[in-house]
Amino acid sequence: MIPDKRVTIDEVAAEVRDGMTVGIGGWGSRRKPMALVRALCRASVKDLRIVSYGGPDVGLLCRAGKVREVVYAFVSLDSIPLEPHFRNARQSGSVTTMELDEGMFLLGLQAAAWRVPFLPTRVGLGSDVMRFSPSLRTVRSPYDDGEELVAMPALELDVALIHMHRGDQGGTGQYLNVDPYFDDLMCMAATRRFMSVEQIVATERFLADGPPQSIRINRLMTDGVVETPHGAHFTECVPDYPRDEAFQRAYTASAKSDEAWSEFRARYIDVTEADYQQVVKS
Amino acid sequence: MRDGPPTRAEVCAAAIADCFAGDGEILANPIGTLPVIGGRLAKATVAPELVMTDGEALLVENIIPVGVDNPEKVVAGWNPYRAMFDVVWSGRRHVMMGASQLDKHGNQNFAFIGSHAAPRTQLLGMRGAPGNTINDITSYWIPAHTARVFVPAVDVVSGVGYDRARDLGPVAGRFHHLGRVVTNLCVLDFETPDHRMRLRSVHPGVAVEEVVTATGFELAVENDVPESRFPTDDELEWIRQRIDPKGLGEEEVPNP
Repeated sequence: MIPDKRVTIDEVAAEVRDGMTVGIGGWGSRRKPMALVRALCRASVKDLRIVSYGGPDVGLLCRAGKVREVVYAFVSLDSIPLEPHFRNARQSGSVTTMELDEGMFLLGLQAAAWRVPFLPTRVGLGSDVMRFSPSLRTVRSPYDDGEELVAMPALELDVALIHMHRGDQGGTGQYLNVDPYFDDLMCMAATRRFMSVEQIVATERFLADGPPQSIRINRLMTDGVVETPHGAHFTECVPDYPRDEAFQRAYTASAKSDEAWSEFRARYIDVTEADYQQVVKS
Repeated sequence: MRDGPPTRAEVCAAAIADCFAGDGEILANPIGTLPVIGGRLAKATVAPELVMTDGEALLVENIIPVGVDNPEKVVAGWNPYRAMFDVVWSGRRHVMMGASQLDKHGNQNFAFIGSHAAPRTQLLGMRGAPGNTINDITSYWIPAHTARVFVPAVDVVSGVGYDRARDLGPVAGRFHHLGRVVTNLCVLDFETPDHRMRLRSVHPGVAVEEVVTATGFELAVENDVPESRFPTDDELEWIRQRIDPKGLGEEEVPNP
């Protein structure tokens, strides 16, 4: 009997408490758990440390005043290279950052997933990654080569939020696009793991939609699953739907003034997910 | 098809192709419009051994056009972001990146301008620059050569330059290697005794003085700076008919 791990969007948001470190899956403006992010924006939580290959998830949470620190290598909307709300937050000094290389980020998640304190890498040496994070240490090889490497510390997450194309009620998840990103690692690096999916299907259905290797998230990696159709909107979720470029431009325009943001927030954030989906469909 | 003499953008494309020629069987990973055109031009002509992506997670063996939706792809590999790190860290990639700032040692910044606490201008972040530059050959593409880009000192070192690599010592810095810097005006390299940036060639129609004025530090300039080469007829045909049928390169670098 497959367990039933189905939860609601609000139950997921309630798992996130002040000061927590939250990892968010996807990459840039691609396959982001936006329904969950919108719910977090509505919640009263604050002082979050966000770990993300960043896109509008980071921008929205910064603009909604939820973020203390962003651990990142980039925050981008892909077709719009610089995330406007993240830029405003940084330039006003309202959020601090840990500046990482994309690969160090992977190693940090992997170290947390494997329960080791760090993983060694050459990446970071010589760059200002070390200057902006004085807590980063190097480590010397105990073997004859004696090489000095960066000891990328484990990026331990309190909560991970990811979005998959298909899932079952037990919390198994399947991606149907070409890149799994780092969603499985996000889950494995976290204490509590929640997955939104386009559609909850019977487990038997997985192999009709994709090969076994597309079932990237097994149920050891998740604590809860929530069906959020169109829930990655406005980010890309191919093959189910492309990025909503027109909406993304409107989102970008909402960074131009407080009035523009208030209007955007009232229309698209301070509404239920069902109402949001109704509005963006029309 | 476009005709007429080679444009500045096409000279840039040929100069970029020359950066990848001779690399052997590595992943040529140009980022940006003209870098992609130039990289695919190299693969189409003198360097068919180059491995290239479709710009996303697939390795493709055919030469696909830029800016065309759903081009036909001869897929020969799966290279999601996670696999890209395997390629980079094993030393089998040559990336060509952009830069918001670049100094005479080749230190590159596209992270932010100003202070870390509250940057004057937040840019991309570190992206993969620290890892690319410490592991593999790295070249740069600057579509608008100005003294705002070529600065005496970068605000942030995202990509590692030769002075920093030297300070790391011969072991840690042993895979660091900067190739060339191609701009809308010229080709630069680091082939000087102390790896300071040198003017390798000026594009036809550009005076050496123009480059010197648009550079915020002292370039190594030899007595007779050669002109960058024109693309061959074969290369022009590839660019105009197959690789950039929409002329996107001409939008990135307008013909003077």
